[in-house]
Amino acid sequence: MHELGITRNIVSIVTEKAGGEPVRRVTIAIGKLSAVLPEAIRFCFDIVSQGTVVEGADLEILEIPGTAECRTCGTHFELKQLYDRCPCGSVDITRLTGEELLVKHMVTA
Amino acid sequence: MCTTCGCSDSANPRVTNLQAGHTDKTIHSHSDHSHSHNAHDHGHHHHEHELDTQHDHQKGHETTVNLEQAILAKNDRLAERNRGWFLGRNIVALNLVSSPGSGKTTLLERTIHDLKDAMPISVIEGDQETLFDAERIQKAGCPVVQINTGAGCHLEAEMLARGLETLQPPSNSLVLIENVGNLVCPALFDLGEQAKVVVLSVTEGEDKPLKYPHMFQHASVMILNKIDLLPHLTFNVATCLEFAHRVNPNLQVFQVSATTGKGLQHWYDWVTAQINASNRQGVR
Repeated sequence: MHELGITRNIVSIVTEKAGGEPVRRVTIAIGKLSAVLPEAIRFCFDIVSQGTVVEGADLEILEIPGTAECRTCGTHFELKQLYDRCPCGSVDITRLTGEELLVKHMVTA
Repeated sequence: MCTTCGCSDSANPRVTNLQAGHTDKTIHSHSDHSHSHNAHDHGHHHHEHELDTQHDHQKGHETTVNLEQAILAKNDRLAERNRGWFLGRNIVALNLVSSPGSGKTTLLERTIHDLKDAMPISVIEGDQETLFDAERIQKAGCPVVQINTGAGCHLEAEMLARGLETLQPPSNSLVLIENVGNLVCPALFDLGEQAKVVVLSVTEGEDKPLKYPHMFQHASVMILNKIDLLPHLTFNVATCLEFAHRVNPNLQVFQVSATTGKGLQHWYDWVTAQINASNRQGVR
């Protein structure tokens, strides 16, 4: 359940930046290859935000698909699993997206 | 427990120094919170911070604030600080990760027994509860600090920093960190170690590397443990290694039995090479 600790980090970052203003919406980005479950974050968010300026805020989660570039043939392709190979068969790839864990923005009122 | 805000319940991480008797020290620094306990003294009352300028003219309107901040930035910063701390002291720190029961503690006991005359070794033990593992390590003859994470399922960089403060490992030494038994969470939390060493035992499935790819991808070394039991099992070593290398082509693998000692020399050679490389860097 590392999502609990991760959600604490999210609420902490937002609370700090909100400077006492109530927060209406929080948008985060979670890569599909990041080993973090959006549903678990959502579950923890309501609990962790209780008693903070973030309490009651909507949580918007952008799920970022995994993509990679092959260092052998140069192809860009979708990475469904962390260990997918390039369609050309090469395992020598650079992962481009899919591992994000970011607080993107917040809406205060 | 923090009686003011209740933010850290009985799940507080505790650090126990086994050399100094069983004195518990509670980590309670509110590291993942940014508040102080004077709820009305946050320094945000003075309407001087940047957001207010936007708000004064927008009463009742929503304001979008771009943050673009890494969620684990704080842990990563603290991990870098630990890394610098190790580097400055020529210490090689290895983060041992695995599922519970893979034989990490037995591997440590054996490693300490066989290497302690060649290099100073100390250990940080991470478990949710109990001092059992630390007591085993102490019996093996090496300084050890136990971190109990309570509800936490992994060690974080700040816990390690506190543990190191208590442990005070000597310069030019080896620090072995036994993470909480868990193949998921410890992969996400950098501690500032030089390398992650994942221990997999042959009593588990050979498909573990594909089931838990993050851990095997973040590790530099995989120790395949309990190979003395292979005759009694259907575990396919070749399949396991193929899966492991599919996830991480650069993963270095040592097949060992921490109980019988088989194959351990290759692991010791690797550890010794890390120490020698670190010493060479220190001399430069």
